[in-house]
Amino acid sequence: MKKNIFYSILFLFFIFIFIVFYLGLDKPNFYTPSESKNKNFTTFTSKELFLNDEFNSNDIIENNNFTLLNVWASWCAPCRLEHSLLMDLKEKTNINIVGLNYKDKKNNAIKFLNEFGNPFVKILTDPDGTISIALGAYGVPETFLVNSKSKIVRKYIGPLKTDDILEIIKIAK
Amino acid sequence: MIKLTKLFLLILILVLSFQKSLQANNNSLLINKISKNLRCLICQGQSVYDSQSDFALSIKILIKNKIEEGKSEKQIYDYLKNQYGEWIVYDPEFNKKNLVLWIFPLILFTFGGLLIFRKVFIN
Repeated sequence: MKKNIFYSILFLFFIFIFIVFYLGLDKPNFYTPSESKNKNFTTFTSKELFLNDEFNSNDIIENNNFTLLNVWASWCAPCRLEHSLLMDLKEKTNINIVGLNYKDKKNNAIKFLNEFGNPFVKILTDPDGTISIALGAYGVPETFLVNSKSKIVRKYIGPLKTDDILEIIKIAK
Repeated sequence: MIKLTKLFLLILILVLSFQKSLQANNNSLLINKISKNLRCLICQGQSVYDSQSDFALSIKILIKNKIEEGKSEKQIYDYLKNQYGEWIVYDPEFNKKNLVLWIFPLILFTFGGLLIFRKVFIN
């Protein structure tokens, strides 16, 4: 009798472990930071790509209802994909689109813009990647929708999709 | 007299440069220590120390800047946790979600101990 109880507990234990692992199989094992909304946008100062002047991010954000900050680089393939969407967005709306050029060479960045068009009002530079870390980004491309009070309303990790653009238009209206 | 001052100056310069390199060495040791405790979010399975991805390289620069600002090790971890969530550090916090994870080995240990105790002393 005692043995029976022991074996049934053992059996149930293995079933439990099996179920845990089986359910775990389908779970994606790639972690992405939780997209916490209404986080404060870290202000930073950096050089403008074309003008070589120092700009404070606050000055750019404050005067607009919404600012879309896009982290991009000429060497990043997904950035090429989303670039046409940014161009569309620029044509359709008057949202303030700001670029943050991530670990890029100036010549390559300018070449990229000449080829694919420039949707950005201003392009700030992040030569060593520390500004992006301060913003909480973890790669390129990444896009932040920030309101005039420096709160991050939305954060898009990876290239923007058409749905994201529609959402941005809806929010920024 | 002039010789003596020259000698003195030389020694002073030597001591200062030695001190400076010692400090730089200490800093780089601390950077290594901190980056070994951080998970690289791009190349998962590697620590920031091991990884050569752009993300990891930037984090290392950031750690260096923070140390030079005079931030402590804990402040740097807290800063990164705030940015990227608790997952970035290899040391999981004790909370409701992972209570079982922390408690289970203890339970197993006591249970096993009891079992051995019974086998040895009671039988």
